Amino acid sequence: MSFVKPKFRHPDLPLNEVGYSRADYEGVLSTLCAGCGHDSVSGAIVSACFEMNLEPHRVAKLSGIGCSSKTPAYFLSNSHGFNSVHGRMPSVATGANLANRDLMYLGISGDGDSASIGMGQFVHAIRRNLNITYILMNNGCYGLTKGQDSATADVGSVNKSGHANQFAAIDMAGLALEMGATFVARSFSGDKEQLVPLIKAAMSHPGFALIDVISPCVTFNNNPGSTKSYDYTREHIEATAAVDYVPFKEEITAAYAEGEVLDVALHDGSYIQLSKLAPNWNPFDRIGAINRVHEAKVKNEILTGLIFIDQDHPDLHQMLDTTATPLNQLPQALLIPGPEVLEAVNRAGR
Amino acid sequence: MHKLSALNDFVVRFANVNGTGSASANTMFAKAVFRMGIPVAPKNIFPSNIQGLPTWYEVRVSEKGYLGRREGVDLMVSVNPQSMLRDIKVVKPGGYFVYDSTKELYKEYIREDIHYIGVPMMGLCMEHFADPRQRQLLKNMVYVGALSALLDIELEVLQQIVREQFKGKEKLVTANFEAMQMGIDYIHQHYEYPLGLRLERRDEVGDRILMDGNTASGLGALYAGATVAAWYPITPSTSLVQAFEKYATKYRIDPESGKKNFAVVQMEDELAAIGVVLGASWNGARAFTATSGPGVSLMSEFLGLAYFAEIPTVLIDVQRGGPSTGMPTRTQQSDLISAAYASHGDTRHVLLFPSTPKECFDFTADAFDLAERLQTPVLVMTDLELGMNDTMSPPLSWDSSRQFDRGKVLTEAQLEAMTERYGRYKDVDGDGIPYRTIPGTHPTKGSYFTRGTSHDEYAGYTEDALIYQKSVDRLMLKWETAKGLVPEPELYQDGNQSEYGIIFIGTSTYPALEAIDMLRESGIAMDAMRLMAFPFADSVRDFIESHDKVFVIDQNRDAQLRSLLVNELEVHPKNLIKVLNYDGFPVTADYIFKTIQSRVAAGVSA
Ligand SMILES: Cc1ncc(C[n+]2csc(CCOP(=O)(O)OP(=O)(O)O)c2C)c(N)n1
Ligand code: SF4
Ligand SMILES: [Mg+2]
Repeated sequence: MSFVKPKFRHPDLPLNEVGYSRADYEGVLSTLCAGCGHDSVSGAIVSACFEMNLEPHRVAKLSGIGCSSKTPAYFLSNSHGFNSVHGRMPSVATGANLANRDLMYLGISGDGDSASIGMGQFVHAIRRNLNITYILMNNGCYGLTKGQDSATADVGSVNKSGHANQFAAIDMAGLALEMGATFVARSFSGDKEQLVPLIKAAMSHPGFALIDVISPCVTFNNNPGSTKSYDYTREHIEATAAVDYVPFKEEITAAYAEGEVLDVALHDGSYIQLSKLAPNWNPFDRIGAINRVHEAKVKNEILTGLIFIDQDHPDLHQMLDTTATPLNQLPQALLIPGPEVLEAVNRAGR
Repeated sequence: MHKLSALNDFVVRFANVNGTGSASANTMFAKAVFRMGIPVAPKNIFPSNIQGLPTWYEVRVSEKGYLGRREGVDLMVSVNPQSMLRDIKVVKPGGYFVYDSTKELYKEYIREDIHYIGVPMMGLCMEHFADPRQRQLLKNMVYVGALSALLDIELEVLQQIVREQFKGKEKLVTANFEAMQMGIDYIHQHYEYPLGLRLERRDEVGDRILMDGNTASGLGALYAGATVAAWYPITPSTSLVQAFEKYATKYRIDPESGKKNFAVVQMEDELAAIGVVLGASWNGARAFTATSGPGVSLMSEFLGLAYFAEIPTVLIDVQRGGPSTGMPTRTQQSDLISAAYASHGDTRHVLLFPSTPKECFDFTADAFDLAERLQTPVLVMTDLELGMNDTMSPPLSWDSSRQFDRGKVLTEAQLEAMTERYGRYKDVDGDGIPYRTIPGTHPTKGSYFTRGTSHDEYAGYTEDALIYQKSVDRLMLKWETAKGLVPEPELYQDGNQSEYGIIFIGTSTYPALEAIDMLRESGIAMDAMRLMAFPFADSVRDFIESHDKVFVIDQNRDAQLRSLLVNELEVHPKNLIKVLNYDGFPVTADYIFKTIQSRVAAGVSA
C-alpha cells in the first residue's frame, strides 16, 4: 500500500521563488527499511529540487525495478513518474526525452538495475548523451530480492549471508567515463552536503549526468566485511573536491585560498564551485579522471565528488537535429504532408 | 515437342546472383507488364546473404488479376550458373529456358521436354561495352530486351521506364537502350518470336499502383503524425523504418530552421526500441517501432507493461519464418499467438491484418488512433511477402479532413476545472477506458506514478485482491470496447450460400480468392470471410456457427489463426478445418484448392 501523507500545509512554511514549499516536493511515505540509504537520497533530491526552484510538473522521474527504483514514489508527487521494467529505464527515458525536450528528466536506478540486467541500456544512453540526471543508488546488492551480490560488489566483500564475492566489480563511474559520459560524479547517501549540490549541478548539465551514489542497504549489506556499508564507506571516502552549487543570481564568494577554488560555469548560468582536495585534479580531463578512478580502486578508496564534466558535447536532440519545439507539441497540420505528396507516391508506383 | 502457350497468364522466374544489379532490370520487366495494363505479382525469393548466393525474382502475369503465387515456372531466365541445374528442373514441360549462352551448356543440363533459348548476354556486352562493371549490369538489360521480343513487350513502354529510372543520366539511358536492342536483335536473328507465351495490352490495372507494404506502412506512420521511431534492424522490417525516415527527411523538415520535426533512433536492441516507444507515447508523442518475430519475443515484457499500465504502443510486425532465427528471408504468418498474447500474465493485444499496401498504409495510420483511443498496444501484422514485394494495390489516399484521434487525454483547462481527485485508472465512462494526462500539463493536478505493479484507480500500489481483480476485469471491458472499434471482417457474398466457409487473413487473401473461383468451377461453393483484426467481432462467431465446416488458412504449422478462433470464440474445433502452409513460400491457390477439394471429397472431418 502507499500511504498518502496528509496534505496539511503549515501557513508559515517557507516557500521558494516559484511558490512551493519543501513539502510540495515530497512524495508518499516511504516503505523502504528504516535507515535505508535510498531514503536519504530521496531527501537530497527533494532538497535539491526545492532549492533550485524547479516547478515539479516540469520534471519527469523514471526508474527501473528495485528498492531504489521505488523511490520516485517518495519524492516529487507533483511530477509524473514512470516505474518501468527491470533495467530498461534508460530506453523509456530516451523516448520520453525525444517526445518533449523541454522537461527535466530524472532517472533513478539501482546497481542491479543498471550494472547487470540494464547494462546495455545504461551504456547506450551514455553514448547518445541523453539529457538526463541519472542517479544510481548503489548498495552492492539486490535489495529487493533479498541481498544477492550485484555486479558492483567488490571482490572479497562479504554480504550478510557471510559469502565473499569473487567476481570482478564493475565501477559504474569508471564505465561511464569510458563510454563518454559528459558528467560523472560519485557521492554517498550519508553526505548530504556533497550530494545535494551534485544533484543540482547534474540537473543543470545539458547531457547525461551520472551520480553513482553509495547508498547502503541496512538490511542485507551493512555488515562487517561489506565494502558498501555505512562504516566502510565513511572510513574509505575520499573526495576530489568539496562541491558547492551556486545559482546564477548569487555572487560567487571565494572562501578558499587562491588556486584551490575552481568555478565551473554551467550552461544555465549557475556555477559549480569546487574546492580542490585532491592534488593535480582537473574535472575537464577525461583521461586523468579515468586514471584517478582506477587508482582509487587499487587503493581501496571511494572517490567521491565531481569526477568529470564536459558541457560542450551535443546531446541526443542536437545530434539528431530535431526541431526546438517539443515533438509532442507539433500540431497535426505540420505533421501531415499534403495530398499532393501521396499523389506523387501513387504516380511513382504506376 | 509441346510448346506452352498462354496469353497474359504465365509465370516468369529470373535466377540471378545476389548483388549483381539484377533487381532493377527485373523490376523493369514487371513494371512494363503492369504498364501494359496487365496485372502482375512480382516476388523476391532471396537468401540471407549480401552477395554471391542465388536469388530469384518471380513474376506472375495474370490478366484475371490473380495475385497470389502460382506453382511452376513457364519461362525461366537463368543467368546464375550456381543454380542453373535446379532452375532447369522447375520449368514446366513445354516451357522455356532463357540462358546466357556465352558459355555452352553442360550436356547434363539438357532436358528433352523444354525449349532452350540461348542468348550470349555477357559475350554481347563484352564486345560492346568497355567498362567491366557496366557490362555486368547491362547484361541484365540484354535479357530484358530478349524478353521484350519473345513475349511481345511494348518496347516504348520499356524505354520510358529506363528514361524515368536514369533521368538526367543520358549516357546510361543510351547504354541501356543499346543493351536491350542487342537482346532484341539477337532473338530476331536466331529464334522464332514471339513465343506461345505472350503479352497483349489490356486495361485490367485501373488506378492501381505497385508498391511494397513496408513503404506503405512507413508512409502510414508519417501521415498518422508519428514523430518518434525507434528500431533495431531485422529482415524483413528494416525497409519500413527506412521508408519512414526517407519520407520524413523529405516532408517533415521545419521550413524555417531546417530542423527535423521527427526523430528516428536506431537502438541497441528491440527491448530498447519498444522502451523508447513507451516512453515517447507516455509523454504524448506518437511513436512506433517495426520488427519481426525475434523482436516481438524480446519486446514481450514491455508489451505487458504497456497493456497493464495502459500506454498507447504501435508496433508493426513484418513476420518471417520462425521459430528462432528461422528462415529470415522467407514468409510466414507465425507470430499470431506470440503477438496476440505477448508477455506473461493475462495479456491480450489488438492486432490488425492488412493484405494490400493500401491497407498497410491505412491500418498503420489507424493503429495510432486505436492505440491512443484504447491506451494499449496495437500490432500491425504484415509479413515478408507483403512487406518486401511490390504488390498491386489500390492507390494510397488520405482524407484531408481527418483529425487524429488522440483518445482520452485531459488538457490543462480540463484539469484546472476538475473538482474531484484525478484517478488515472478510473473508468469514468463505463467503457473500460480511463483518462490519461501528459507530463508537464498542469502544475498541481494530473500527475501520477505509472507502474507495472498492481495499482488502484489512482495509480497507487495495491495488493488488495478486490481492487486488483477489478482493474484486470476493467481491462477485459476495454477489450470488449475494442471489438467495436477495430475494422470489421470482410465478406465476399450476400448471406450464406454454402455449407462451407473459408476464413483467411493478410497475404492468404489473393490465393484464397483464386482458390474459391477454382472450387466453384469444380462445383464446390464457399462462403468467404477475411478477418481484419483481433479481437474478433461477434460476426466471426456467427459466420463459423452458421456453416457446417469452415476452412481456416494458416501460413504456419500450428494453425495459429484457428487456435485463436477456438480460444476466443469458443467455437467447436471440429468445425474448423486446418489448411496449413508453412514451407516459407506464400501459400498458393492451387494448394488451397487441392486441400479443400480432397477434404470435401472425403466428406470433411477435422
Ligand atoms: C525481468 C526481471 N527479472 C528479475 C526481477 C526481480 N528483481 C527485482 S528487483 C531486482 C534487483 C534490484 O537490484 P537493484 O537494482 O540493485 O535495486 P535495490 O533493490 O538494491 O535498490 C531483481 C533481480 C524483475 N523484477 N524483473
Ligand atoms: S532491502 Fe535494503 S535496499 Fe531495500 S529497502 Fe531495505 S535497506 Fe533499502
Ligand atoms: Mg542494489
